[in-house]
Amino acid sequence: MTTKLFGEPIPRREDPRLVAGAGRYLDDIDEPGQLAAAFVRSPHAHASIVDIDVTGALEVDGLVAVYTYEDLAGPLAQPLPLLIPHPSLRAARTPYPLAKDRVRHVGEAVAMVVATDRYLAEDAAQRIRVTYQPLPPVVGLDAASKAGHLVHEDVPDNVSAHLVQEVGDAAAAIAAAPHRLHLELHIERSASMPMEGRGVHARWDETDRSLRVYSSTQTSTSLRFALAAKLDLPVDRVEVVTPDVGGGFGVKIVHPWPEEVLVPWAAIRLRRPVKWAEDRREHFISSAHERGQQHSVDVGFDDDGRLLGLSVKFLHDNGAYTPYGIIVPQVTSTQLPGPYRLGAYRVEFHSLYTNTVQVTPYRGAGRPHGVFVMERTMDAIAAALGLDRTVVRERNFIQPEQMPYDQGLIFQDGRPLVYDSGDYPAALRLAKKLVGWDEFTAVREQARAQGRRVGIGIACYVEGTGVGPYEGAYVRVETTGKVVVATGLTTQGQGHETVFAQIAADQLGVPVENVNVVTGDTRRFAFAVGTFASRAAVMSGNAVAAAAGKVRAKALRIAGEALEVDPADLSIVDGVVSVKGTPQAAIPLASVAVLANPLRYAFDEQAKQATQFAVGGGIHRPPVAEDDEPGLAATGYYSPVRSTFANGVHAAVVETDPETAEIRILRYCVVHDCGRLINPRIVQGQVHGGVAQGVGGALYERIVYDEHGQLLNASYMDFLIPYASEVPAIEIDHLQTPSPLNPLGIKGAGEAGVIPGAAVLAAAIEDAEGIPVHRMPICPSELWELRNADHR
Amino acid sequence: MKPPPFVYHRPASVVAALATLAEAGEDGKVLAGGQSLVPLLNMRLTQPGHLVDINRIRELSYVDAGSDAVRVGALTRHAELARHPGVPALLREATGCVAHPAIRNRGTTVGSIVHADPAAELPAVLALLRGSVTLASAAARPGRARPDQEIVRRSVAAADFFLGPLTSAVRPDELAVEAVFPRPAPRSGTAWLELSRRKGDFALCGTGVLVTLDEDRRVTGATGAYTGVGPVPVLVELTEAVAGRPVDAVDWDRAGTLAAGAVAPEDDIHATAAYRRQLVRVLSARAGAAAARMAVADG
Ligand SMILES: Cc1cc2nc3c(=O)[nH]c(=O)nc-3n(C[C@H](O)[C@H](O)[C@H](O)COP(=O)(O)OP(=O)(O)OC[C@H]3O[C@@H](n4cnc5c(N)ncnc54)[C@H](O)[C@@H]3O)c2cc1C
Repeated sequence: MTTKLFGEPIPRREDPRLVAGAGRYLDDIDEPGQLAAAFVRSPHAHASIVDIDVTGALEVDGLVAVYTYEDLAGPLAQPLPLLIPHPSLRAARTPYPLAKDRVRHVGEAVAMVVATDRYLAEDAAQRIRVTYQPLPPVVGLDAASKAGHLVHEDVPDNVSAHLVQEVGDAAAAIAAAPHRLHLELHIERSASMPMEGRGVHARWDETDRSLRVYSSTQTSTSLRFALAAKLDLPVDRVEVVTPDVGGGFGVKIVHPWPEEVLVPWAAIRLRRPVKWAEDRREHFISSAHERGQQHSVDVGFDDDGRLLGLSVKFLHDNGAYTPYGIIVPQVTSTQLPGPYRLGAYRVEFHSLYTNTVQVTPYRGAGRPHGVFVMERTMDAIAAALGLDRTVVRERNFIQPEQMPYDQGLIFQDGRPLVYDSGDYPAALRLAKKLVGWDEFTAVREQARAQGRRVGIGIACYVEGTGVGPYEGAYVRVETTGKVVVATGLTTQGQGHETVFAQIAADQLGVPVENVNVVTGDTRRFAFAVGTFASRAAVMSGNAVAAAAGKVRAKALRIAGEALEVDPADLSIVDGVVSVKGTPQAAIPLASVAVLANPLRYAFDEQAKQATQFAVGGGIHRPPVAEDDEPGLAATGYYSPVRSTFANGVHAAVVETDPETAEIRILRYCVVHDCGRLINPRIVQGQVHGGVAQGVGGALYERIVYDEHGQLLNASYMDFLIPYASEVPAIEIDHLQTPSPLNPLGIKGAGEAGVIPGAAVLAAAIEDAEGIPVHRMPICPSELWELRNADHR
Repeated sequence: MKPPPFVYHRPASVVAALATLAEAGEDGKVLAGGQSLVPLLNMRLTQPGHLVDINRIRELSYVDAGSDAVRVGALTRHAELARHPGVPALLREATGCVAHPAIRNRGTTVGSIVHADPAAELPAVLALLRGSVTLASAAARPGRARPDQEIVRRSVAAADFFLGPLTSAVRPDELAVEAVFPRPAPRSGTAWLELSRRKGDFALCGTGVLVTLDEDRRVTGATGAYTGVGPVPVLVELTEAVAGRPVDAVDWDRAGTLAAGAVAPEDDIHATAAYRRQLVRVLSARAGAAAARMAVADG
């Protein structure tokens, strides 16, 4: 394999289209006769539904249909699927597509309205009168664990799941340790908030009895299977296509959403295309949130700061339903140890129901919380012993020669948590150098002398990426010499069109411009898992390499026959197969593609040219050999034994205003190791976006409910996503420790940037202020109140 | 997030707009830049039956920078006002803090004042400069059902204009045609400072200070105007904390303390009341000092 393109920072091939506004998103899809859906949503956090009166809506011109739970039948009248069961999930609950008797959060869908356009659908929705009998809402982890009121009548303690993992005897280790600390560490609720909300478009072909669904989803293949099951259709009659998707960040991996089954169902019933494009307020109150957890930490350590025992108990707010099982708290509990040897470790969590929007993974998926806990603990140990914060970390690091390193835990994929590779001391050294750690004491003191407060923080993390079970790809060389790559995995703007093309082009020796990549279209590739957990590059990347490798082998075999040489003597350069050292003995890949398909008809010039070559086993063999297939094409899959573990270190310098408590990030440095880089520019972009979200999560974004379960900031006016003006310049350095687990040696990079954000900024603020920061996010008002509390 | 149905009117003159407004009465609303009204419509928080779009009334687009006052027509956009060379510093600075360029290109100065958001900059500036708003309506002559062609005008002082959050003295049949910002007296200085969570957001607290000196550079008067700390723009007389002192000897922290004691902010999800009070204290001191420097330069 040539390594011409792998590792090259070529520009993103999707950008000219996306940046120029030529992308096609869900809401851009319009068809003649199309209808629009809108939903009546609960204004109460908890209530029983007494009556739904639709008569007012019937006066709206253009109303086509109103549906409530009573209209649903068969599988559709059942609760939506539990996507990821787990033995610890003792009381899993998922919602009905439309509420049956009860609503459990503000925003839960109660009725669907279909009209000739969205304006009229909203007019009609506004006129539907639902009578509710309000019930006491459960809001916040304290109320949930007290269980004075219940979210689900049949879950007496509001606990959906309870899980303990223990390596060694943590309690004994802590009790016997020379030093002990106790910390309470909280992370508040936030949400993925992609710029494009969810959306579904469905078209039923009555003659063909087939359904085409467009969805702004992170998994088209699984949505297809879910729809076939829920709508009682043969899988073959359902196709799901993802158009351009304006961000997902986790929320769109949940499937099928209520709207995702209802819109196709209505399209079938009404025999007309139906579209629903979620608006921002709907997204806030009816999709999914994440992050809210309260952690209670006990740690024991020796005089040098070495960890002897760590015990973490935490509460996870899973909202009203648990379609995604325990993934978020499970990831927290297993990724919390990070790059450290813990000694003994015990982790226990309760996942609790509240009358709020359901919680499902958001970029980082439990890791930002775990890293916050571990890194705040490291800083607390350093403070307790008067040691440099990086020294404590160094002393606890797993060393490169200890790889592979088994943490003794079971990871989210149900497999042992074994780190495959990584050089944590090197990453820390690079980060210290990048940020100027050793010189910072002088900087801090100089600033102090001028009445300024500056502080520095550092945070390390390890991230399990590229979880299985599998991903696949189809690669075909067309008779034009162009290459088609199809993977079932979806894309939300990450740059898959570029990196998968780079991989295929390298394998096949063709210019990258000749490779066309299709993602997330079940018509092109039927088996896939989805885009989440930093898995696309690892999983589909290796699958593309596998499929392209097969195609290459086949091309060399056929070219060998045509040129009457040993395939081992052939190479492919710029789309031409030739004999090494004898370039005049050559055949274009396009001609090989023609020869690979023993069809008699010569449609084009390529086909005519190819007739000068003779291939095949002669007149006594079948034109397509028994173990062969026509076409220069192949399908490849990649299925790893377990995840591969990326790592990194972030360091930040902040300044806080002594009077107004404004928090300004002066520098943000990232050292990032995701194994071999397919395209450094794209990895950099992923890191930039991740850091922006990390800064958002640390200093700006939070979901605020009042005690009645009303969401107080359901708009971008009050849910503060940082603008470009709030995101600092980001300085990046890369390490490349290849993964031994996959042929390309790559690890995932999609989530890394966000993971240590809260930890590193809390550390830097704490350093500037000299006050412990144990709860994130933090805003100027809170910092100011913290100062006052500290003075009292 | 789609608005309910409404009848859309696009008059080309003030007279025509006033006739439509008079007819629509309580059910009518003026559409200026739409930067506040359209979100409210889309969220169905307001559901007027008639929208009177004034964007075709070119006669309302002007900035008249006179020696006594700056007069701003109802169709003048924030961006146009900020760019105008004859506009005093306070107006330019405060307008520069309103939202983002795209919004300043559409949103109007007068619309912002009529909208009366207690967090908005321009209502506070109008209050600080003791300006006024000119309101127009169609005259109804006795015995005639339909309003007349004649226009009735009244001028409402800023002090009487802001009645509460998002509530101003404009009647449903009235069009605000002009805002009048008097120029500060000679030997005056002004400053606008604010603190917002993100660049361009409505500020947690915005502070304008006007300082006037006598010929000996002693402070004769100082006033603070504040956004985000009350139901309407809040004016605090700071004179007693600083008056009579030579400008270089003024302790502006005293003005800050006075102001902080005079406002009554409330808690919300972005800040506690105590923190907002702290901002009033700090921003008053900083803006006071900056305004004093400008007053020195002025005289
Ligand atoms: C994201 C965002 C951020 C913003 N940030 C800020 C900020 O930081 N500071 C700030 O001050 N503003 C901010 N705004 C509001 C912006 O300044 C608006 O432009 C302004 O408040 C209203 O002006 P408009 O011309 O858009 O009025 P419109 O939205 O058209 O109208 C607003 C209201 O005033 C009435 N009205 C308007 N003009 C007249 C008139 N001539 N006569 C009678 N009634 C009239 C309308 O009927 C309506 O009720 C922000 C807006 C957005 C969308």
